[in-house]
Amino acid sequence: MSTPKRIFIKGNEAISRGALAAGMKCFFGYPITPQNDIPEFLSQALPDAGGEFVQAESEVAAANMLMGAAACGIRAMTSSSSPGMSLKQEAISYMAGSEIPGVLVNVSRGGPGLGDIGPSQGDYFQAVKGGGHGDYHLLVLAPGTVQEAYDLTIKAFDLAFKYKNPVMVLADAIIGQMKEPVVPWVPENLDPNEGQDWGLQGAKGRDPRLIKSLFLDDGALAGQNLKLQAKYQSMRAEVDQELFLTDDAELIVVAFGSIGRIVKSTIRKLRAQGKKVGLVRPITLFPFPSEVLLKLAKEGKRFLTIEHNMGQMVEDVRLSIRTVADSAFHCQLPGNLPTPDDFEEPILKALEG
Amino acid sequence: MTQEIRVTNYPEVLTDRPSHYCPGCHHGTAHRLVAEAITDLGLVDKTILIGSIGCSVFIYNYLSLDAIESPHGRAPAVATGVKRARPDKIVFTYQGDGDLASIGMAEIMHCANRGENITTIFVNNTVYGMTGGQMAPTTLVGQKTTTCPGGRCRENEGMPIRMTEIIASLGGVAFAERVAVNNVKNIMKAKKAVAKAFEYQTKEIGFSFVEVLATCPTNWRMTPLQANKRVETEMIPYFPLGNYKDVLAKEEK
Amino acid sequence: MPSRVEFREDRCKGCLLCTEVCPTGIIQQSSRFNQKGYKVTEIAPDRMNECKGCAFCAMMCPDYAINVFTTKQAKGGKK
Repeated sequence: MSTPKRIFIKGNEAISRGALAAGMKCFFGYPITPQNDIPEFLSQALPDAGGEFVQAESEVAAANMLMGAAACGIRAMTSSSSPGMSLKQEAISYMAGSEIPGVLVNVSRGGPGLGDIGPSQGDYFQAVKGGGHGDYHLLVLAPGTVQEAYDLTIKAFDLAFKYKNPVMVLADAIIGQMKEPVVPWVPENLDPNEGQDWGLQGAKGRDPRLIKSLFLDDGALAGQNLKLQAKYQSMRAEVDQELFLTDDAELIVVAFGSIGRIVKSTIRKLRAQGKKVGLVRPITLFPFPSEVLLKLAKEGKRFLTIEHNMGQMVEDVRLSIRTVADSAFHCQLPGNLPTPDDFEEPILKALEG
Repeated sequence: MTQEIRVTNYPEVLTDRPSHYCPGCHHGTAHRLVAEAITDLGLVDKTILIGSIGCSVFIYNYLSLDAIESPHGRAPAVATGVKRARPDKIVFTYQGDGDLASIGMAEIMHCANRGENITTIFVNNTVYGMTGGQMAPTTLVGQKTTTCPGGRCRENEGMPIRMTEIIASLGGVAFAERVAVNNVKNIMKAKKAVAKAFEYQTKEIGFSFVEVLATCPTNWRMTPLQANKRVETEMIPYFPLGNYKDVLAKEEK
Repeated sequence: MPSRVEFREDRCKGCLLCTEVCPTGIIQQSSRFNQKGYKVTEIAPDRMNECKGCAFCAMMCPDYAINVFTTKQAKGGKK
């Protein structure tokens, strides 16, 4: 069997190529560091593939264009970075409330405010707890490698349409800007009729379809909220995580995205020294792998959460294991690029207890 | 032998649902002109309505079309997404003056400038109706609203914005006209303009825009008849009616 | 040619815009209230014969509350 072709590309390009492979037809973007490779690549590649590319007047506009296109049952995407993602929150809330399957990519950077143009994981709360108003959830996928960025972008479209919900791919400037080999693949059996039984297309020969999130009648909004919550509960079927050397570990490090992969390097080094450390790397941040963590907690393991922010995912780790254990926390300060060495001492300290 | 015929034929796409609009509000008339235009042009089956935020948020209850509710001001962006996803459909936004000229100023300008092949019906009643009568970008100088209780003054609030003139200046615009529906003659001209706007969309020559001067008796604190009169005496002098851009009009020598 | 106007009183909001545009001035406010509490408009039955069937009233009505009918000479005899 021949070796599959590999290409050496940035994470941003991998996300763009994954979206094209998934059959994305429309992309709406706006320039912001560190994700400009995405709109730049797609401005050529998407029209070449017969799709529509629009550089919108703002991230607000781009998110609303996404809403319109996805409401037609078409695979569509927007990308941005932290401050731009803040601008998109109203549209995200509308998409969640109206059950529209848009895909959003956040190549996050340091914050708050203008922050910096380097990586951080400071948008966890915004992505997972809901930066927009009201009770809703995005399905959130966090790639830790460039290949994963490609794969999870494809998965994002599938999940968006499966659940009729907006889905976010949460990467960061490390994943976005680093180059790694990627084996590109194209999903088979894309459904040509996807979205056509509910999307907007002109009401010929049938009752008109109304896509809205306003429910003013008595009990209507309550009903909608119950429906959405039931949907989010059903999303638990999509929980995904990587378990690395957890079986005999005394200490479990919990880390996602780029930090997760860097922690893996640290763990390999410490394992060579005989330290019994393992990693749980959540791949879905929502739904969060609470059951996996609780199971490990019940086995008596201790926990250390490492994130590139001031402490966000650690709250979900603590919530998951609260009946049995607690998690220590090590903060990689936003603005400081992490290396494997940075995590050696905090892990050893947590291991000693 | 005589035969009785019906003179008034309301398009089928207009639902029979009595509207929530106030007595004397011109929204109903504007809705009807849209309904007549897309019916006469045979476009009903392929039309998608992009609603907006304002009293007309419920327009989808009155026009039997595939529709989507958009965030305040963002209808032109949502419409862009819909049209790019479904270029063979007729896509239109229906927006008030707060939605289009305040929070949505960027979206309408860029949608028009890009020359998106969509149509915008802009209903200008110089006030934020749904939220109780606050000042709008088109509120006239001296006009009292709940957020300029002493009357709009130039030094503090700036001058009212004339949107049709601005839209007409943008390169991607094929058709821009301002109309009113305060008397039968104006209604007939408005009907023609709305029809032309949708017709131009079918020709895919750019963005089409119709501004409809309208009443808001409740928030103007007037009777419907007084409000109707105000369109003629106060609004039309500042917002002159007429065509401001028509790329297909024959040049007059 | 005789014409007539039907007012759908359940839809009328009593705005009186129709009274402004009727060229024969035969539309007036009645003394009746509909279920929504609006005082509805009417043409006095003894003045209906003055209706010209122009339908200006219907054009002006924002609530589609007016239907106008007129009569025309039907083609007489079989060909």
